[in-house]
Amino acid sequence: MASEAKTVTSVWSGGGSPFAIGSKKFGMWLFIISDMLTFTALLVAYTYLRMSTATWPTPFHFSPSIIFSTVMTLVLLSSSLTMVFAVHSMSHGNRGNTVKWIVATMAFGAGFVVLHMIEWLHLINDEKVTPFSNPWNEPLFGATFFGITGLHMTHVTIGVIYLGIIAFGVGRGKFTYEDVEVSGLYWHFVDLVWMFVFPLIYLMSVSM
Amino acid sequence: MSEHGHAAAHAPEGATTKLFLMVWIGLLILTLVEVFLAYMQTPLTIMLIILIGLSTAKAAMIIAYFMHMKYEKVSLAMILFPLTVFCILAMFIVVPDAIRSLALRP
Repeated sequence: MASEAKTVTSVWSGGGSPFAIGSKKFGMWLFIISDMLTFTALLVAYTYLRMSTATWPTPFHFSPSIIFSTVMTLVLLSSSLTMVFAVHSMSHGNRGNTVKWIVATMAFGAGFVVLHMIEWLHLINDEKVTPFSNPWNEPLFGATFFGITGLHMTHVTIGVIYLGIIAFGVGRGKFTYEDVEVSGLYWHFVDLVWMFVFPLIYLMSVSM
Repeated sequence: MSEHGHAAAHAPEGATTKLFLMVWIGLLILTLVEVFLAYMQTPLTIMLIILIGLSTAKAAMIIAYFMHMKYEKVSLAMILFPLTVFCILAMFIVVPDAIRSLALRP
């Protein structure tokens, strides 16, 4: 009987999780992996186009463009830290602090989107770069730049809304630690993607 | 569901705010190193290699500490990442064609 009981509780016997995590967290990890491949495909397409084009433009001056995008990076990195603190607070059952840290994360996220929009508007209005045309006659530059940064900004925007829902629920006594942790996974992933977009799109395009 | 199947209801042991702050500072430093390379106008090929290395290190830090992967069971990482790395590397099969089409341009 003892061996039978042992078999039933084995992680390989079915009914248990071999990964010892909840289904929500596992689901978010699977989503993150698939989204990771989406962004990789876009960055590989960008790499392909850039390598096959001898006259690919490198339009970003160190000042102000790179400094500006560096500030955006620091804002996003800081948002990850506040999100970590939110998850940490929730693990101690401190819902009030959790809401405060999530709101701080949302503020950083919203700040990132605002800075990004300022940069986009500068490029569109002053530099005349659009998704379809630019002064350097390499329309694919705009297509890849706005495509990749646009998809990332969409993720940030959705993340801010997602965190808003989580903060609202946590404040009302709903949601568990796992729900906050899962929303944190999504937010950190958005940060992680930017860790590749920033060097490959911006730093590799500094005007020499 | 067995006892093993329950999700942890609290932060993993060892994950302290001090540790997270140190990881964050590490990420900031690596970011500034990347920006410094751009400021120095490092040759593109060398810069690309270093940037990919630094970005992968930063991604690993975020996944390990901020996303708690360091504190999960190894089986989770083993089922998620080897296939992802393989898929990502497989995508670079198009690179030789990019070089070929560059040579074909007038």
